[in-house]
Order: sequence, then structure tokens, then C-alpha cells
Amino acid sequence: MSAVVLAGQRTTHNRAQRRLSRVALYIFLTVLALIFAWPLLYTVYTSLRPFGEIVNNQNGAFSTPATLNLNNYITFWNSADYPHFFWNTMVITLPAIVLTLWVSSMLAFAISRFSWRFNLLVLMIFTAGNLLPPQVIIVPLYRLYNLLPVPAPFSDNGIMYDQVLGLILIHATFQTGFCTFVLSNYMKTLSKELVEAAMIDGAGIFTIYARVVMPLVRPALAALGTLLFVWIYNDFFWSVMLFKSGDKRPITAALNNLSGTFFTDPTLVAAGSLMAGIPTIVIYLLLQRYFISGLTLGSAKG
Amino acid sequence: MSQSEPKALAPAPASAGAGALATKKRKRRYSLLNRRDKVLLSLMVGIPLAIFLLLIWAMTLVSIVLSFTNWDGVNPIAFVGIDNYTQLFTTYPFFWPAVAHNIMWLLFFVCLATPMGILLAVLLDRPLRGSAVYQSIFFIPVVLSLAVVGFIWKLQYLPLAGNGFIDSAFVALGWMDPKHAVNWLGDPTINIWAVLVAASWRHVGYIMVLYLAGLKSVDPSLREAAAIDGANERQTFIHVVFPVMAPINVVIVVVTVIESLRAFDIAYIINHGKNGLELLSILITNSALSEAGLIGFGSAVAVILLTISLVPIVLYLSRVMRSENQ
Repeated sequence: MSAVVLAGQRTTHNRAQRRLSRVALYIFLTVLALIFAWPLLYTVYTSLRPFGEIVNNQNGAFSTPATLNLNNYITFWNSADYPHFFWNTMVITLPAIVLTLWVSSMLAFAISRFSWRFNLLVLMIFTAGNLLPPQVIIVPLYRLYNLLPVPAPFSDNGIMYDQVLGLILIHATFQTGFCTFVLSNYMKTLSKELVEAAMIDGAGIFTIYARVVMPLVRPALAALGTLLFVWIYNDFFWSVMLFKSGDKRPITAALNNLSGTFFTDPTLVAAGSLMAGIPTIVIYLLLQRYFISGLTLGSAKG
Repeated sequence: MSQSEPKALAPAPASAGAGALATKKRKRRYSLLNRRDKVLLSLMVGIPLAIFLLLIWAMTLVSIVLSFTNWDGVNPIAFVGIDNYTQLFTTYPFFWPAVAHNIMWLLFFVCLATPMGILLAVLLDRPLRGSAVYQSIFFIPVVLSLAVVGFIWKLQYLPLAGNGFIDSAFVALGWMDPKHAVNWLGDPTINIWAVLVAASWRHVGYIMVLYLAGLKSVDPSLREAAAIDGANERQTFIHVVFPVMAPINVVIVVVTVIESLRAFDIAYIINHGKNGLELLSILITNSALSEAGLIGFGSAVAVILLTISLVPIVLYLSRVMRSENQ
């Protein structure tokens, strides 16, 4: 009897303790989440305030806001020509995604047809290259881009430097390493019999790639496509280094340009940063599942 | 080990048979490829491989060669032996600060940002109300461009006159005299820490998501077995979950090291990597792709960055090799 009571007491005690640690966990996570969300929330708040109210205000960020409006966004849209720079980003990002997925899916498919040794060697070359800090190759690449002749419709100065094509090329090259690695792992999980059956039926290699393998890797392509969009959209380094003219630069690099001419005003900095950041946040929130699975496809294997 | 050997030996004849069948199958597969297919396959691999080798690996080699020259981009190239390196190590004032900052970056990530990401992953892996919301909040900085991250944090660190949040808060709380406000980004002894906080803001979420995916892939029966054996949550994590997460752990280490070596954007946005924010990556572009035109010198910095980068790269590749061999 007393033993039962004791056991009962212990479980209630345990339960109370567990509830307490659960509350502590929620408090910890919520505080941390607020700290993490704060810089972005503050940026939103700043972007809504007129410059006149905060300039030389002794209370700084804690001055009471008299007005909150979207004027900074309108200014950024019009005088900083946001649509133009957003378009610049898209002209680079979308073709680079298509090119990367096309090339890396073909590569991943083709190397799986070759001997295992060759297969591994190619993957090593790509993966190792993909991990290099881009700054290691920028100096010779910059010189090479200045020497490479490119004919008229693709280049307005006759070379690869300062051209959208040059940016697409370097993005596709760098990202092909990662995507080939992921896709070749994904293709290894597909049934070999399917490909062999198609071969016995006399299908050519290209038919097998396009009609048999590609439909099966569609989930991996969707995940990688989402990931590539965010990565290429977010690029700053290549566009600052490989574009000379400011008006060709994508939005992220243009922000840096504009900081000289427009950005003595923090409220405008806030609006501009948010307008540059919102597209990737929207893509992430809409395609969260693909985005996360793209990230983890790459790390799951090793 | 010896106990399992007979078991392993038993099906040996059968597996040998399967192996023979597999080789036969493979031969047949290759014979199915006609000439046209073989050419097509070679092109599918050959063209991208050639472009990759040219743009990445040939450029790496050229960097190494250029590091032994004093090329300025205009005059003819002259080889100067290891002059660039001796100059880097002895007289160039920004080299050792840059090395120190990269090491600080790595240590800050290793000691704070990465463990915090892992901790968040472990906490959010349990069945928790609102887990997805917490995950999204911690992850949103990861989808932002480092350029945007740089500007968002600039707003926090600006001086009082620029409406910077941190100074405003400190003054409002009475922790800081407005006349002697801290200049977070301008003070060369402080600004690297300010940048590290900004970089960690993004790194934590990245590690969290990678680790969370690893935790999800751990066989639940392992945890159940540990629980039955009386292990508490911490013991289960340290002795059961962490060891089976070895592949993800390698990825986490590689990502952490590579990210600290690639560090560039935030420092570049704040002050072009000068005055307290020197980094190896920025030294390369500042010396070689500027009016200074110190191509040979910048390449020497690139070679040093390359040499350090090879450590995590080789670690990662050997890991991949091992898992492919299994």
C-alpha cells in the first residue's frame, strides 16, 4: 500500500519536473527566437519611418514614431530603380539554374554509365572544386574573362568580362559540382533494371536520359532548383568582381553600389535591404519542403 | 568479430555467384552501347568536365604560378621566386592580422555558432508545439544574401546619430554615456566581433537545419533501446545518437571550416576589409584586383588560402571515398 503511494508520488513528482523543464525549454526557445528575429524586425520598423524623424534625434531608435509609411519603399523602387536591378538578377539567375540542372543531370547520368573508378574520379574533381573558396581563383579568372573573346549578341564589349553570360557561366560551373554530386547519388537509388530494360528495347542513350531517368529525378531537380535560386540570387562576390558597370549588376551587388549615392539614410538602407531580401524569404516560405530537402540531399550521403 | 566471421563466410558461395552474374550483366550493358551512344556519353561528360577543369582547376594552377611572379597586369611577367611569400610573412602589415581574423572566425564558429546550431537542432527535434515556427525563425537569416545580412546588421551597429539600435538601447538603459558611445563598426579592436555576431546569426540556422536532417535519419529503434537500457536523454545523445551521426558530423565540420575561410561579403560591405576587418579572402581582391595591381602578391595570398582550404576538402573527400567503398 505505502509502496504504491510512494510510486504514485514519484510519478507526479517526475511529471511536475518534466513539465517544469518543458516550460523552461519553451522560455529558452522563445527568448532565443526573439533575439534572432529582432534584427529583421528592427529593419522593418526602421524602413517604415521617415528620415526626418530620426535624424539627429537624441533618443535614437527609441524616439516615438509620429508617422509610419511606405515612402522609403516607394523611393527605393523609383529613384534606386529596383525593378531594373531585380530584372538583372533574374536574367542571371534563371538561365544559370536551367543550365546547371541540365548539365549536371546529364553528367550524373553519363558518369553512372562509365566504370566505377572513372565515376569516382569525376565526382572528386567536381566536389573538391565546389568546396574551394572562390577567392582562390578570382585573380586568374578575372584576367581570363578579360581575354576571352565573345561574339556580339552575347557580349557588348567583345569579351567575357562585364557580361551577363560570364556570370551565368561561372555560377553554372561552380554549382554543377554540387548538383552532379547530389544527382548522381540520387540516380544510384533508382532501379537499374529500368534503364537496362530500356536498353534491351533498343532505346538510345539520349532517349533513356530524357524519357526514363529525367522523370524519375524530378523531385531532386525541384529541390536543387529551389536551392540554386536562393544561392545564385544571393551571390554578391562574383557580381561585384566580374561586373564593371554598376547598372548591369544584380540587386545584391547594386545595394552596395547604392550605399554610396543613396544610403546616407538608414531608413532607405532598411527598405532597400528588405526589398532585396524579400524574394528569397518568399521562395523559402513557399517552397520550404524543397529547399530543406535540397540542402539535406547534399549532406545525407557524407 | 570472430563470432561473426562464420556467418559472413556462410553465404560466400552465393555472393560469389551473384558477383559473377553482376560482371556478366555489366559486360552485357556495355555491349548494348553502340558507337553513337558512346560518343554521346563522352560528350555529356567531356564538355562540362573540360569547362570545369579550365575555369576552376586550371585557374587554381595559374594562381600558384602567378604567386611566384611580380606581375602587375601590364608589364611582362618576371619570376621572383618566393619573394611574395617572404614579403607576406615579414613586412606586409595586413597578413598576420588577416590570418588572426580568419582563425578568430573559425574559433567563434567552432566554439559558439556551430554548437548553438546543434543545440537548437537537438531541442527542436523533439515533438514540440510550434517547432516548425521556431525552425523558420532561426532559418530565415540563412536564405538572406550575405549582402543583405551585412546591411541589416549595419543598422544595428550604427552610431546613435545614425539611429543604430544597439547604441540607442544601451543609452536608453543607461549603460552607455551618449558622449562616449561605442563605435561598433569603426573601432578596429571591436568591429571583428561585431561582424562575427552578424555572421553567426546566419551560420546557426544553417547548422541547425543540416543537423536536424541528420537527427531525423537516426533509426528510432536505437533510441528506444537506449531508453529501455535506462539511459537518460543526455546519455542517449552522447553515446548513441552522436556516434551514428558521424557522416553528418563530418559535413558540419567541413561546412564550418569552409565558411570561415570563405568569409568575405559582410566585411567587404562594412569597410572593404580594412581597419580591423582584414581577411585572407579580401586581401586577395584588395591587392590583385585594385589599382595597386599586385597580381603576383595577391596570388600568393590565394595560394595560402588554397593550402588551408585543402585540409577540410581532403577530409571531406576521404569521407566520401570511404562511404563509396562500403
